[in-house]
Amino acid sequence: MIRVHELSKKYGAQEVLNMEMLEIPKGQSFGLVGNNGAGKTTFFSLLLDLIPPTTGYIENNEIQVNKSEAWKPFTTAFIDESFLIGYLTPEEYFYFIGELRGRNKADIDGLLANFEDFFHGEILKQNKYLRDLSKGNQKKVGIVASFIGNPEVVILDEPFANLDPTTQIRLKSIIRELAAKEEVTVLISSHDLMHVTEVCERIVVLHKGEIVRDIQTSTETLKELETFFAG
Amino acid sequence: MFRRFIWLQWRSFFRSASFGKSLGIKIFMAFMGLYLLASLGFLGGALYFILRKVVPTQSPMWVVSQFLVYWVLAELFIRYFMQKLPVVDIKPLLINNISKSKIVNYILGRSIFSGFNLLALVTFVPFSIVVLTKGYPATNVLLWLASLFLITLCSNFLNFLINKSDIAFGILLTLLLSFWGLEYFGILSIRDLFAPIFHGLYAYPFAFVVPLLLLILLYFLNFRFLKGVLFLDGALKGKVKAARATELTWTKRFGEMAPFLQLDLKLIWRNKRTKTQVWISLLFVFYGLIFYTQEVYANMPVMHVFLGIFMTGIFLANFGQFIPAWDSAYYSMMMSQNIPLRKYLESKALLITVSVVVMFLLTIPYVYFGWKIVLVNIACAVYNLGINIPVILYFGSFNKKRIELDQSPFGNMQGTSAVQFLIMLPVLGLPILLFTVFYYLVSFEAALTILIALGILGYAFKNTLLNIVTEQYATKKHVMLEGFKQKNG
Repeated sequence: MIRVHELSKKYGAQEVLNMEMLEIPKGQSFGLVGNNGAGKTTFFSLLLDLIPPTTGYIENNEIQVNKSEAWKPFTTAFIDESFLIGYLTPEEYFYFIGELRGRNKADIDGLLANFEDFFHGEILKQNKYLRDLSKGNQKKVGIVASFIGNPEVVILDEPFANLDPTTQIRLKSIIRELAAKEEVTVLISSHDLMHVTEVCERIVVLHKGEIVRDIQTSTETLKELETFFAG
Repeated sequence: MFRRFIWLQWRSFFRSASFGKSLGIKIFMAFMGLYLLASLGFLGGALYFILRKVVPTQSPMWVVSQFLVYWVLAELFIRYFMQKLPVVDIKPLLINNISKSKIVNYILGRSIFSGFNLLALVTFVPFSIVVLTKGYPATNVLLWLASLFLITLCSNFLNFLINKSDIAFGILLTLLLSFWGLEYFGILSIRDLFAPIFHGLYAYPFAFVVPLLLLILLYFLNFRFLKGVLFLDGALKGKVKAARATELTWTKRFGEMAPFLQLDLKLIWRNKRTKTQVWISLLFVFYGLIFYTQEVYANMPVMHVFLGIFMTGIFLANFGQFIPAWDSAYYSMMMSQNIPLRKYLESKALLITVSVVVMFLLTIPYVYFGWKIVLVNIACAVYNLGINIPVILYFGSFNKKRIELDQSPFGNMQGTSAVQFLIMLPVLGLPILLFTVFYYLVSFEAALTILIALGILGYAFKNTLLNIVTEQYATKKHVMLEGFKQKNG
C-alpha cells in the first residue's frame, strides 16, 4: 500500500529523515516508535504531502503523494490540534469533514453512534466549541474524525498521548478492530512502547531519522524494544 | 520586589517571540504612534491660539473645560475597545512566594504606564505651557493639569471595572450619542452643564483632591475585585462562550461550495477578529460623509473614485487581504483533506462579492450629494467585483503569516507583512489612476465606462482568473503551510 523510495528530508545541513526503503502492505497495522526528534512526525507529514521531500518520494497505493492528490480520497489523518477547526462545535466539525469526504449527516450520525463509549458523554451536545475542549477531548474528536468516510489508510500521530486510561483502553480496541479489517492500513506513532506492541503487527524503530529496527510483533517485542531504548 | 517585576516586564518585552521579527512593521507602527502623539502635542500647543481666534469672547480655559466632558467620554470609549488589563501572564507568580496583594498592585501599577494615559498628558502639557507663558497663575494651571492627569488615571481604572460588561458599554455609547444629540439640536447644552465642573478644577486648584479621592476609590475597588478573582477559575480563566450550533441549510443551494461557505460564515461570526472586521467595514460607509460634505471635494471626481473603491471594497480589503491566513490554524488539515481548492476559493469570492454589493447598496443614500456620486460608486463596485476580487485572492497566496482568530483586530498587526501594503497599490491605486487618466484626457463618462468595462471583462473571465489563482495556491502550498505553523510570527 505504502512504498518509500530513497526518501530524505533535510533542513539546511541537518538531515532529519533518511529512509532508503520501506514497504507497508495493505491491511497492516504499522507502528512507528522513536525518541523525540527521531523523525516520526516528519515522516507522517511527508506522507501527507504537508512538507516536500528533499530527495526521493512516497507512493500511497501507487500514487506518488507529492505529484498527484489522488491519494486524498482514501487517506485520513490526525496529526495534532492544527487538524481541528477551533470555532466549530464537535458535531459541526464531523459534518464538515463528512461533507469533504462525501458523507451526509445521517452517515455521520450513524458513525458517531458507534463511538458513544469512546466519547464518554463529553463531546457531543456539550454546546462547546472545539477550542474550549480539553486537550484529551480535542484528541478524541480528531481521532474519530479520521475514521470518517471509510478510509483505506489511517494515520494517527501519538494517538494515546493526553488520553485518560479508560479512553486509552477503548482506543486500543477501536484500533484493533480497524486493523482487523483487510482493507484498512493503520499507521500509528507513539512514545508508549506497551500500547504500540499491543495494537500493531509490525513495529519500526526510528532513530535520528533512520530505521534501526523492523520487527514483526511477538511476545518478545516489548522486551526487545525496552532493551533498545534503555540504551 | 517591584524591581523584580520590572525586570520581568523588561524580559517579556524583549524576549517575546515576535520581537525582532517583522521589524518593518514595528517601525511603521512606532512611526504611526509617534505621529499620533506628535499631532496631539501640536494640537495642544496650538489650542490656545486657535481658541483665541475662534471664540475671542471667552477664555480658552473655559472653552477647553466645556469640551472636557466629551474628551473623558471619548477616552473611555476608546479604552473600552482597545485597553485590556493583562492578567494571564502572572499565572506563574501565583504559586510562588509573593503575596497576592503585591501581585495585584503590580498588575494595576503597570497599567499606569499604558500608552492611553499619555494621550491627555501629551495634549495638555503643551497647552498648559502656552497658557503659563500667557500669564495665567501657575498654581492654578499646574494643579489643573494634575487634576486632568488624575482624571485620566481614573478612566484607566474605571475601564477595567466596566470592561467586561456590555451594559456599561451601552450606557457609554448612549451617553456619548445623546449628549451630542442634545447639543446638536440645541435642546440642552451639555457643554455648559459640565463646563463649571471642569473649570472649577482650574478656578479652585485644590479641588484636585476630588479626582484624587476618586482615583483612590477606583484603585481600591479594582484592587478588591482583582484580589477576589485571582484564581485559575476566576480572572485568569479565558471566557468560554456557550456554543450555538447552526445548520445554515440555506447554503445548500450552492452545491459543492456549501461546506466552505458555511465554514466561512462561522469563521466570521465566531471569531473576535473577523467579527470586528465586519463591524468596522460597515462603519466605513460613513467615511464618505467626511468628504462629500466638503465644498473642496465636491468637484473632484478623482476623490470620489477613491471613496467609491474604498467604501464598496472595504470588506474586500479587510477580509480579502488575509485569505487564506484566516484558515491558517488548521490549514494543514485542509491540505490533507480531499478538498477542491477551487470551491474553497469560490466560496471566499462569493462572500466578498456579497459584501461589495451590500456596501454599494449602503452608499446609495449619498445620491443626496449628487447623482454623479452614485454613478461613480456603481463603476467602482463593478470594478471591485470584476478585477479586485481575483487580484486580492491572487495576492493571498503570498500570505504566510499565521493569524490567531480570537484576538482583537485593533492595532493587531498579526498576519501583516509587506504583502499587505503592496496589495493596496493595485487594488486602490490602479482604478484611481485609470480613472484620472481617462477623466482628464477624455471625459467623465469615458472614465466611468473604462472602469465598468474592465469590471465586466474581469467578471466574464472569472473562471480563467480563478483557475490561475487556484494553481498559484497549489504551487505555494508548502510555503504557506510552513509559514502558518510559525506562531507569533
